Amino acid sequence: MAHPCRRQPLLPCRRQLLLGLAGLPLLAAAPAYRLEADAVAPGVWVVRGADEPIAMMNGGAIANIGIIATDAGAVLIDAGPSHRYGAALADLARRLTGTPVARVYLTHLHPDHSFGASAFPATQVAATRAVAREVKGDAAGFSAGLYRLLGDWMRGTEVPEPLLPVADGTVEIGGRSLRLLPLAGHSASDLAVLDVATGTLFTGDLVFHNRAPATPHADLARWRGALGTLAGLGHARVVPGHGPVDQTPGTAIAQTRDWLDWLEAALVAAMEQGLSMVEAGEMPIPPRFAGLAVARLELQRSVSHFWPALEAARLPKLSP
Amino acid sequence: MILIAAAPVAAAPDGVHPDDPLESPFLPTVLQLVLPEGARVRFDDRVKVTFPAIAENQRQFPVQVDARDVPGARRIIVFADLNPIQKAVDFTPAAAAPFIALRIKLDQRTPVRAAVEVADGSWLLSGGWIDAAGGGCSAPPVSRVKGDWAQHLLALKGRLWDRPDGLRLAISVRHPMDTGLVDNIPSYWLETLTVSAGGQVVGRLELQASVAEDPAIMLLPRPAGAGPITVKARDSGGMEVTSQVARQSAIPAVAGQ
Repeated sequence: MAHPCRRQPLLPCRRQLLLGLAGLPLLAAAPAYRLEADAVAPGVWVVRGADEPIAMMNGGAIANIGIIATDAGAVLIDAGPSHRYGAALADLARRLTGTPVARVYLTHLHPDHSFGASAFPATQVAATRAVAREVKGDAAGFSAGLYRLLGDWMRGTEVPEPLLPVADGTVEIGGRSLRLLPLAGHSASDLAVLDVATGTLFTGDLVFHNRAPATPHADLARWRGALGTLAGLGHARVVPGHGPVDQTPGTAIAQTRDWLDWLEAALVAAMEQGLSMVEAGEMPIPPRFAGLAVARLELQRSVSHFWPALEAARLPKLSP
Repeated sequence: MILIAAAPVAAAPDGVHPDDPLESPFLPTVLQLVLPEGARVRFDDRVKVTFPAIAENQRQFPVQVDARDVPGARRIIVFADLNPIQKAVDFTPAAAAPFIALRIKLDQRTPVRAAVEVADGSWLLSGGWIDAAGGGCSAPPVSRVKGDWAQHLLALKGRLWDRPDGLRLAISVRHPMDTGLVDNIPSYWLETLTVSAGGQVVGRLELQASVAEDPAIMLLPRPAGAGPITVKARDSGGMEVTSQVARQSAIPAVAGQ
């Protein structure tokens, strides 16, 4: 059969291009989150995040998100990593509870928990003053990193400055009592929320369960104090920021505390033994943490977070 | 072990080096930039280049090169193919093991490698790819507070460990390590670090601005004598500082944990 563009066989003619394009598979539709909710207690659900690092494959959906039904509308604990996630979450919450979302509590600033607030009006988003203040500051910096990792998942994500204040104490919303606990340690401001009726404690990233804790902005002393506060609340179960729901009050809290204690001591010991920063990241992880997802990754990240300060403290000044 | 015959790196067209296990673009050109002219190169995993799987902070990326399994290793050049300043450090151990740990800047996803010169003047290469994207939750560093660095410029810190496998020396030097690639900030970096003991040179390092701010270096000195270790640092502005690390300060390492 004669080549349709025989006169110019080396150059793609328009017809050839159109035929070629018609043969291409349709460009993939925009990536979509498939969110599912697990019932945790009456009127309380969790959308489980993937126990993995943020990556294109998971669209950044690595954090656990809470949905609580109230007579005034659904209350969300955190909002996910992107506008698209927040919109899918609002949809899911409406289908589950039969009501639209009334309020979104942000546990802390980290983008996997907070950037989905983009899909909600600022008047519905509640955060501590520290988080509200940082949204315009640090958030822009996080965003660049996230766009690089997640590309089109992030399209249209613009986090509003949360306009609902959060203070220590109990709020009533639609017949539901929520105890708000502004704490810190994983980050500069970490909000825990206790659903009083069911005793379900949402801890944000103050607690990790079967998944190694992340320390990019950690203050270990404050974190330990926060864990102590959480342990004494008389709750029934814990929804950690990452990892499966803990059906006991104390297992995940104790595990988080154990990891942080081991981590700090191990890093100091590594410095004292003259290990290099690379060697510190390769140190053996105790067998009791074998069940923690991404343990090696988080250890290497934690070395990066803590080593320079350790050096500053433990390398003596030299005088001429 | 079969050694592939080393081929001279001539003026090659840009493209992947035929033997490069990392299949990195422009490697022949990069080698021309970081190695002496006419360097003969082959790839050899006895050069152990190790670094974390994730670049959590792309301005402080730890890299370790251990060439103690390479007989006659006499010079180590650490470089990242796709950094704008490819070379990071050129280290000549004189009375030190061929080992260096340091932190470098990463500009983008890039190979990070070491080239080790051996007795016949040829170079052994090893390394791996690293993505500079980082951990997602880590914000890019807020711009360095310039107000502080001038007061602590060239402040030296150091420590010696007396380990079963020999001495370890950690040195840190306060320095901005400005690359000259940031708007309105001219290049200004720590150029040389010389470590000696009792008048004998232990090791000499030539650094580029691709080394991380406030360089922190670890070496394994093997001095003949017992005197203190002297560290001399000199920057591209000609500022120089010298300090000593007393041998008696060497802290016996706690038996391995």
